[in-house]
Amino acid sequence: MDDFNPAIIAFVCNWCSYAGADKAGGQKLPYPSNVKLIRVMCSGRVDPQFVMKAFREGADGVMVLGCHPGDCHYRNGNMKALRRFKLLERMLSQLGIEKERFKLDWVSAGESARFQELAKKMTDTIKKLGPLHLRGMVESEVA
Amino acid sequence: MAQKPKVAFYWCASCGGCEETVIDLDEKVLDVVAAVDIVFWPCAMDFKYSDIETMADGSIAVSFINGAIRTSEQEHVARLLRNKSALVVAFGDCAWMGGIPALANLKSKKGIFNRSYLESPTIVNPEKIVPLEKSVYKGTEVTLPKFYDTVYKLDDIMEVDYYLPGCPPTAKIVANALAAVVAGQLPERKSVLASDKSLCSSCSRNETKPDSVIIKEFKRIHQVIADPETCFLAQGIVCMGPSTRDGCDYPCIKGNMPCTGCFGPVAGADQGARMTAALGGVIESEEEADIERVVSGIPDPAGTFYRYGLSASLLGSKRKDKI
Repeated sequence: MDDFNPAIIAFVCNWCSYAGADKAGGQKLPYPSNVKLIRVMCSGRVDPQFVMKAFREGADGVMVLGCHPGDCHYRNGNMKALRRFKLLERMLSQLGIEKERFKLDWVSAGESARFQELAKKMTDTIKKLGPLHLRGMVESEVA
Repeated sequence: MAQKPKVAFYWCASCGGCEETVIDLDEKVLDVVAAVDIVFWPCAMDFKYSDIETMADGSIAVSFINGAIRTSEQEHVARLLRNKSALVVAFGDCAWMGGIPALANLKSKKGIFNRSYLESPTIVNPEKIVPLEKSVYKGTEVTLPKFYDTVYKLDDIMEVDYYLPGCPPTAKIVANALAAVVAGQLPERKSVLASDKSLCSSCSRNETKPDSVIIKEFKRIHQVIADPETCFLAQGIVCMGPSTRDGCDYPCIKGNMPCTGCFGPVAGADQGARMTAALGGVIESEEEADIERVVSGIPDPAGTFYRYGLSASLLGSKRKDKI
């Protein structure tokens, strides 16, 4: 699997996680280029449809990164995201997408090292899992 | 006298309910018979595939095809009708988006065969006989159509001109569609022949929906006695109304049952994603463990949100651009 170069989409909140990723860049903390950032105004703005579309269009893993609970710029958008994605996670595994391929987590504007850590971990996890194949039916069921 | 337009009906992987809808037109079916010439309808009348094969290409005005595509025979006849027809209408959910048969895509073909022919408690099959495409019986080779790995919706395998939603489509929308065909007043090609709005927009219970729905616990319909007037979501019961297309005149709601989503997604949406967004947004809980408890109240989200349309899901259909 050494030649497998996964595509990972990370939806990052403008106020915390994007700033955290930006800070990682400013501090020259390297993180895998497999992680492609999409800046959104709030993790609560990330519709489950965006995540599903990312998988359909070729992502091998998807992350949604928002502000820590209690820190949301819009008060509770991150909690809305948490509720939605807890439900989506259950559905993804039914559709044959391993739960490790989707991650919702929190990164504050100052947590550049945490962003770097999450990006590295996700890339390692997806490299171990291998490419995602959507074949229209579930070949082997996943937990 | 001008020739009457020729019409064909065919069924693929389906239950026969769509055929029943045609019968449900009641006396209007006589108007249909008077206005069109039915050239093929294996469920109701005696026809042979050769009757269609000998017709000129494009000579059938419209073919109504119901059912999903699971076998090579279904694909073969669907393609044959495509060649012979000016218009093909996907009739009902199975043809439009996979329908109930597409739930089989949540399991592997091998698992389904094992369960159905070997493991099920009601099966007695000591010789472990399973259907084969070719087998020899008393010295004669007998064949069966190929059973595909995946349940396809009709437009996965060929061009489809219009879609009629519903499981089955209601007599009213079928009558409207037939009238539009006869009058030559069809909307833009590839349209779904129903409203683009959500069921909630016309639901009689809409007025009882609070400004912000709050769900602390999901209840299943057999666990509670549902109030016959109040919005199901306000009662904590999963109702597919927010993500489902309007146009059925809500018979389930009138029967005090929540919408299960048979009119498919509202225009431009993925039904399951939309429902996940809608329901996830209204859960009232801040604790991760508690949220998990609440969402576990929907034991089968994929089967609930895509009950009629897994083949049309963003993730349930084949990624054709890559494979």
